[in-house]
Amino acid sequence: MPVKVVIPTPLRQYTGKKDSVEIEAKTVGEALAGLTAQYSDLRKHLFNEEGKLRSFVNVYVNDEDIRFLQKDQTPLTETDVISIVPSIAGGSMTGCICS
Amino acid sequence: MAIRLKPEQLRSIHSHGEREYPNECCGMLLGRADGDSKEVLEVVPLRNLRHDSVRAQELLPLDDPGRESEKNRFLIDPLDQLRVEKDAIARGLEVLGYYHSHPDHPARPSNYDREHAWPWYSYIIISVERGRADEMTSWVLSEDRARFDPEPVNL
Repeated sequence: MPVKVVIPTPLRQYTGKKDSVEIEAKTVGEALAGLTAQYSDLRKHLFNEEGKLRSFVNVYVNDEDIRFLQKDQTPLTETDVISIVPSIAGGSMTGCICS
Repeated sequence: MAIRLKPEQLRSIHSHGEREYPNECCGMLLGRADGDSKEVLEVVPLRNLRHDSVRAQELLPLDDPGRESEKNRFLIDPLDQLRVEKDAIARGLEVLGYYHSHPDHPARPSNYDREHAWPWYSYIIISVERGRADEMTSWVLSEDRARFDPEPVNL
């Protein structure tokens, strides 16, 4: 059952310029695994070294944040659309100068 | 890649940084990208969600809330971002990047900036020294996420 994953502009360079991709998946976790298996260069921008979704990467199913659904176990149906939206964050204090 | 800004857009970023001092300001850069140059057509100031510590902490928890606050951290609400991006696309514009201020700190990206960045976007940083906007720089994350490369800013 394919679901649609919308690819944000800065990551389209890793999906052959496609703005959305159809992935066979029953859960959000499967969809993201399928997406990064197909387009491996995406992996490092979505997942950290431990293979967990980076903390600033938000995933929405339709308009719902998966944090408030069942996270990567969130079930999907054929009409669902997954969006990947970064939390834009930053700041002046670095980890190393605040001893 | 280089990014082009009009003097009034630069002034708008300056005054946002000065208004928010000693806190960090943040906003979005909309415009058009063409080959190897980006042209900013609109600067959209946004609220620093770190002012709403409960919601901000829910979205992107700080490691050390005792040392980190809206004075040295910013966060854009993804819902604000989605709304601005949707509206931009409807008007034929793209999100080219983001800007934020470093109050009393140089306009150099921190490790925290790098850890929370994506490639391609321009990250403009403005240093605000004792309430006055100072140096402005722009940065693009390298492909391997290891560093930020400086991006020329044309006025």
